[in-house]
Amino acid sequence: MARTPRLHIPQPPARPGDEPDFSYVELSDAGAVSRPEVTSRARHMENLALELVRVIDDQHKALGPWHPQLDTHDLQVGLRHMLLTRVFDDRMMAMQRQGKISFYIKSTGEEAVSIAPAMALQPGDMLFPSYRTQGLQIARGRNLADLMCQCLSNTNDMCKGRQMPVMYHWARGNIFSVSGNLTTQFPQAVGWAMAAAIKGEDDIAAAWIGEGSSAEADFHHALTFAAVYQAPVVLNVVNNQWAISTFQGFAGGERRPFAVRGLGHGIPGIRVDGNDFLAVYAVTQWAAERARQGGGPTLIEHVTYRAAAHSTSDDPSRYRPRDEAKAWPLGDPIERLKEHMIVEGSWSEKQHEKLVVELEEYCAEAWQEALSYGTMTTGPQLDQHELFDDVLKDIPAHLLAQRDELRSLSD
Amino acid sequence: MARMNMIQAINSAMDIMLERDTSVIIIGQDVGYFGGVFRCTEGLQRKYGEHRVLDAPIAEGGIIASAIGMGVNGLRPVAEIQFADYIYPGCDQIISELARLRYRTAGDFFAPVTIRTPCGGGIRGGQTHSQSPEGIFTHVCGLKILMPSNPFDAKGLLISAIEDDDPVIFFEPKRIYNGPFDGDPNKPAVPWTNHPKGEVPEDYYTVPIGRAEIVQPGEDVTILCYGTMVHVAQAAAELTEVDAEIIDIRTMSPLDVDTITTSVEKTGRCVITHEATRFSGFGAELAATIQEECFYHLVAPILRVTGWDTPYPHAFEWEYFPGQQRISLALEKVLEET
Repeated sequence: MARTPRLHIPQPPARPGDEPDFSYVELSDAGAVSRPEVTSRARHMENLALELVRVIDDQHKALGPWHPQLDTHDLQVGLRHMLLTRVFDDRMMAMQRQGKISFYIKSTGEEAVSIAPAMALQPGDMLFPSYRTQGLQIARGRNLADLMCQCLSNTNDMCKGRQMPVMYHWARGNIFSVSGNLTTQFPQAVGWAMAAAIKGEDDIAAAWIGEGSSAEADFHHALTFAAVYQAPVVLNVVNNQWAISTFQGFAGGERRPFAVRGLGHGIPGIRVDGNDFLAVYAVTQWAAERARQGGGPTLIEHVTYRAAAHSTSDDPSRYRPRDEAKAWPLGDPIERLKEHMIVEGSWSEKQHEKLVVELEEYCAEAWQEALSYGTMTTGPQLDQHELFDDVLKDIPAHLLAQRDELRSLSD
Repeated sequence: MARMNMIQAINSAMDIMLERDTSVIIIGQDVGYFGGVFRCTEGLQRKYGEHRVLDAPIAEGGIIASAIGMGVNGLRPVAEIQFADYIYPGCDQIISELARLRYRTAGDFFAPVTIRTPCGGGIRGGQTHSQSPEGIFTHVCGLKILMPSNPFDAKGLLISAIEDDDPVIFFEPKRIYNGPFDGDPNKPAVPWTNHPKGEVPEDYYTVPIGRAEIVQPGEDVTILCYGTMVHVAQAAAELTEVDAEIIDIRTMSPLDVDTITTSVEKTGRCVITHEATRFSGFGAELAATIQEECFYHLVAPILRVTGWDTPYPHAFEWEYFPGQQRISLALEKVLEET
């Protein structure tokens, strides 16, 4: 008699055609989660890994111990950065669809998990981005055209045409290089933070990965090394529910939140509403202060939703309900901050509309500037012979010979 | 000048660099308080402190990754992987990250990491403590791959590696840590004391990366080798009374092609020997380069004498090891064909 297979295969709550179902996402009320002193012992705040830190409530009011009490200017800057990130994403997506760039990755719905931390950290802190954290670049004041030039692989591309679109870096802005190999940046950030501590400097590191790639060994290396050496680092897991087509259960999120993984290492784990700008700002500020005071690492799980496709090469309608984003219980980070600011009297629909137009114009101008440096097929072109540069610091003999060979082909 | 074995020479190189450059740090399993399982870092933590010589968790990927992060943040890490056989968990960090960081950022970021790792067999290490994986890494662009064959080169090359802004993997043939080994396990062990390359300056000096060395000039055949095999090749040439020119490659990547081709153009014959397995091994690269550069000077096929294409077997270590007998047969064969 044939035996019945009994291996557990994780199943998402809804597939195409089903009603979206987010009943598995455990929520806390805004303001309900306690805020320990940054010097508290990790074991005295294990609740933070299970509950959900939220500041903005359903009536758009900010409340509770995590309320960061930002002034109007900071709120407006945060909103502007998030909006600019979205406008930028939309334009680049359109440019990919028109064949102007080969590939793109949007961060729609996840803008807060980049913008709020970048604002809560210090300019000297080193950021180790994932491919969906373009908001870090924008919050640190990167010229939009520079990002576009990278996506175009043109003559002003910081990577000299060596990386796929979105694999930015910014040495002067203290933003590390995006790798296509996932989670490699997590233990690297720990090493960077270890070096800062060895040198006795106050700068800290922060890194971002998705929940899917928390399954990589590098995630565990990062947590181990961070815990062992009490490295001053903020480790962010962006749980956007989907890793291409596999839901977060396939990274082990079915039974316990990802933040809990810090606890086994004695690292505080904080689960935060990733679509609540104020909550993300507050927990980052807390973790950064703890790290700077010598309290070591913090693992933050940002609970959010990947509203866009994984990339321009992906079609999420094949594996999840089409209208799932609308059903996401934590809403949209831009809408929520905007509504909060309107309720507080520091913003209006009219100002918002005006800002969107202004940012779209800025984006369009940046695109024209970027195009002036060429595209992969038109305008000024990168010197192909530079493809042999930077393999090593000095070009070795065999690469000089290969460069000559390439040169001879075009003579 | 002092008499040093390879362990002392390697220790001296790190001692000097820790002293000269405060950005140099050591990280690895057991390298700190204990001084390393092969004693290469003995006394360094006591001398330079726990913030300069760090014991690490048993996670090679984490060791390499944290070294990369430290390198990006201005330090000059020397990471020890306890056995080359254990380097594989660190391979994504080495191959995808360390080797390509400078390239992918067009020179804006780099990590000047040196990875030291003992390799090779002859110590009854079985298939998990005997491997020579240099050929895996010479296939990766963006790395410099070194393997010294004696204390003098070990110290000078390691100092060069630590000072180099490119990532370096520094393979240490552990069979010759304590003395040159001619491939005959039945002979009593010989210390470095009476070997000319066991005489090592106590102070700073460098041996340049990217230069092979002619360890013995000859007219009839060129033997290309590195690490332990340099000594085995010398013994085989003596045994067969062949006038061999023996070249110690020392730097597998970037390769010193000129020294090799000049020699083969002179001798017209070439035997390549390494301890690593043959198929797609580094010897294949050497053979291909020679036939491209010196084809019309060759009077016999190029032969390779290597480890068999099997894992390194514990009980049949000396049947596996490409010893004097196999090298001698290859020398006789290339000299037969004229």
